[in-house]
Amino acid sequence: MSATDVETYEPLPDTGGPAQPLLMVRNLRKYFPVRGGILGRTQAMVQAVDGVSFEVKKGETLGIVGESGCGKSTTAKLLIGLTPKDEGEIIFDGIDLGEGLSLKQLRKGVQMVFQDSYATLNPRMTIEASVAFGARVQGLDDPEGRARRLMERVGLDPNRFAHRYPHELSGGQRQRVNIARALAMSPRLVVLDEAVSALDKSVEAQVLNLLSDLRREFGLTYIFISHDLNVVRYISDRILVMYLGEVVEVAPVDSIWAEQAHPYTRSLFSAMPAMDPDHRTKEPPLSGDPPNPINPPSGCRFHTRCRFASEVCKTTPPRLAGLARNAQHLVACHLHDAASGHPKAGQEVAA
Amino acid sequence: MLSYLIRRLILVLPVAFGVSVICFLLVQIAPGDPLTAIMPVDATAEEQAAMRAAYGLDKPLPVQYAIWIGNLAQGNMGKSIATGRPVAGEVFGAVQNSLLLAVSAAIIAFPIGTFLGFLAGYSRDSWIDRAVTALSITGVSVPNYWLGIVLVIIFSVNLGWLPSMGAGPGGSQSWAWDWLHLRHLILPAVTLAVVPIGIVARTVRALAGDILTMDFVQALYAKGMSRADVLRHVARNAAATALSVMGLQLGYLLGGSILIETVFNWPGSGFLLSNAIFQRDLPLLQGTILVLAMFFVAMNLIVDVAQAAIDPRIQRT
Amino acid sequence: MTLVETTAVEPAPAQKPQGYWAGVGARLVRDPLTMICAGVVLALILAAVFAPWLGLADPYKGSMIARLKPIGTTGHLLGTDEQGRDMFARLIYGGRLTLFIGLMPVVLAFFIGSALGIVAGFVGGLTNTIIMRTVDVFFAFPSVLLAIAISGALGAGIVNSLVSLTIVFIPPITRVAEAVTSGVRALDYIDAARATGASALTVIRVHVIGNVLSPIFVYATSLTSVCMILAAGLSFLGIGVRPPEPEWGLMLNTLRSAIYINPWLSALPGMMIFVTSLCLNLLSDGLRSAMNVRD
Repeated sequence: MSATDVETYEPLPDTGGPAQPLLMVRNLRKYFPVRGGILGRTQAMVQAVDGVSFEVKKGETLGIVGESGCGKSTTAKLLIGLTPKDEGEIIFDGIDLGEGLSLKQLRKGVQMVFQDSYATLNPRMTIEASVAFGARVQGLDDPEGRARRLMERVGLDPNRFAHRYPHELSGGQRQRVNIARALAMSPRLVVLDEAVSALDKSVEAQVLNLLSDLRREFGLTYIFISHDLNVVRYISDRILVMYLGEVVEVAPVDSIWAEQAHPYTRSLFSAMPAMDPDHRTKEPPLSGDPPNPINPPSGCRFHTRCRFASEVCKTTPPRLAGLARNAQHLVACHLHDAASGHPKAGQEVAA
Repeated sequence: MLSYLIRRLILVLPVAFGVSVICFLLVQIAPGDPLTAIMPVDATAEEQAAMRAAYGLDKPLPVQYAIWIGNLAQGNMGKSIATGRPVAGEVFGAVQNSLLLAVSAAIIAFPIGTFLGFLAGYSRDSWIDRAVTALSITGVSVPNYWLGIVLVIIFSVNLGWLPSMGAGPGGSQSWAWDWLHLRHLILPAVTLAVVPIGIVARTVRALAGDILTMDFVQALYAKGMSRADVLRHVARNAAATALSVMGLQLGYLLGGSILIETVFNWPGSGFLLSNAIFQRDLPLLQGTILVLAMFFVAMNLIVDVAQAAIDPRIQRT
Repeated sequence: MTLVETTAVEPAPAQKPQGYWAGVGARLVRDPLTMICAGVVLALILAAVFAPWLGLADPYKGSMIARLKPIGTTGHLLGTDEQGRDMFARLIYGGRLTLFIGLMPVVLAFFIGSALGIVAGFVGGLTNTIIMRTVDVFFAFPSVLLAIAISGALGAGIVNSLVSLTIVFIPPITRVAEAVTSGVRALDYIDAARATGASALTVIRVHVIGNVLSPIFVYATSLTSVCMILAAGLSFLGIGVRPPEPEWGLMLNTLRSAIYINPWLSALPGMMIFVTSLCLNLLSDGLRSAMNVRD
């Protein structure tokens, strides 16, 4: 780490100590109204995110996976207040958003990198101006110098790129710009929403390596959202699985790779193309589209597509709880709750 | 469809309300006291106050508006200051003449505009296309009141073929369907048609050009359909949009004929309006504007509903 | 730290860094028709502004014996009007008021309408509803009718014409500004800018205005031709500029009495309106394609 990097990076001080999770989310809920009819009244609600709770520890990378439309991106936007939440608490380093922490302060601590590298850059602004904008807004000194140092750090020669426009850069270069822009605010947490999904495989690998280096160097914490399980496995410490706006499973990478406790997670993993021909999956792939989030199924939302569904799954929503043999591995499924009343509860379900 | 119709009707109400407010305010923004036109110059302060009370002018504006709209609902638009006759009768007589002129212009403009636009759109980037494009730009750029004067110079002054003034022989105000009257209609109608020819041609050209490059047209050719059949398909697809543009143009023709009516002394609403302005006949001004604007609102409504009915691609629920 | 080298793997685009406006300028220069129209409009404006220094005849001084002289008369290049005033001088001087009243309302409406539309489009919600429903009401009037209604009620005069024409052009510009702004607001870079903690005003100033102003500007230029025709039309009707000021619409009106005596002379002021309006229209079309604004 060079001396300039230390000067450039001035994150908010650590207030809660190492044991305090950097981010705690409690019962986050967001419903989007569907308007229609003669007077444009609200006719229904899309339950995009419904009662999501999780924690992100300091310095770790939490991967979030799920099908498109499961609420991953909405969750990301709720975290930095781009979409106002309906309910729930966001606690950053022990301080509640809206009580001890303003939205502007939160945005100094949490930054985001979006999927579409082109659409997230103002086409009329030079790269340098785009990167410097946030630092200027937050009143940090020498925003341009900061921008140039960070461009250098993410692998873009400021002398060549500072005065270029977004359309003059390749996708990988633009995503480096977006990373530099997020870092210019000296955040402690960076939310990466499908940040590498649109890149070519070779470029994707470079950017992932860059992200890993940056995390170590600046002591960052990541929330990494992706539909690509291999990428998530590579970069994450823990993985969170979402289905129809709810969390169905959270576990350390090795634990979830060894055993997918939730039937949905299992289907998701089995849909992944196998790298090893000797370990072909025997699990049948998930059939059909996810149900309409306007009227999600009662009880466990997955019961309409689940092979193990029983009566209790249709009526009672399962609770997110640790597995008996591994408290770090959380799952919301009646199969793993001995007291749930599910006929196969507590038994080892054969894959 | 029915639900769309109802919703569209409900949406018209606030617009109609707004239009009535603007027409009401027109008299308020006019400089000078509305009383001076009716009162004798030497009226005493008491007489003025009495008159003010009699006309309700001492009441707050919203109350005055409510009284005005109440009278309007009974078909009472007040009396013309200049003639003393009811405004409603004057306006409706004039609007009939304006409609005659507007519809005649539309009958000239829409087929010509459609034909030119189709020709240009069908032969994109040919000399025909360029000529039509130039023509339509000229059409929308020309001040039509000047064009009217030029046509009068050519056909009335130089050639002496057509009359330049009025709606009938000897300044006749009443219309009749004979050549003596029709001769008077030709120049103003042609003049009025120039702008919509340009606009319709431009719209149809864009529509035809766009549709011809669409996949489904290629598919029709691929199916072995003849040129004529393909053209029929294209025409039907373009019809909804083209009709809506034409409907709006008809509304503009009625509201925009004021200048042309002045040029040709055509006894329509525009002529009435310019008389009202010069005689500071504010009730007449207000009534004429209100009727023309409401006609335009109705035209908009008809166009929207018709377009929804014709175009199968638009699902309006 | 080997990361700088990794960019070499990605092909760097060859073109030179080029700003948006440099590209627009380059495309405009290559478009002869637009350049000619720009030249004509510029020449008319310059002639009007510098009219007193061009050595023209007095546009107000008439002569009872030299009335309605034909085009080409010695001493009067374009003849004289119904009061014996020099037509050429009056046409050049006439550009002052005609162009001012023909262009100024669009400029004013551009600022007011853009502000209203950008606020409505960015803020949304109730603010949007109030602004846009008010705009809808004005759309219930054909523009000619609205201009004549307001001017007719206010009475003749330069200021009254400016006021009524500005009111006519605010609603269409507001509508376009609102549509463009709501489009831009939905883009990711606005989200990214908001995510920095910037206030709505800062986001509008830095990120929205730069990206919405050129389509609104191009649209506004397309209204200048209509505004010219309407402004001169108001004077033609006698509810714009008052005599004896030289103004093309008013001149067209007063010369109508002469169409049997000297017909082509009386058509000259209208010719000026037509040429200007045509050039403004073509100029706007050229700008539209040079600025890559789609319809």
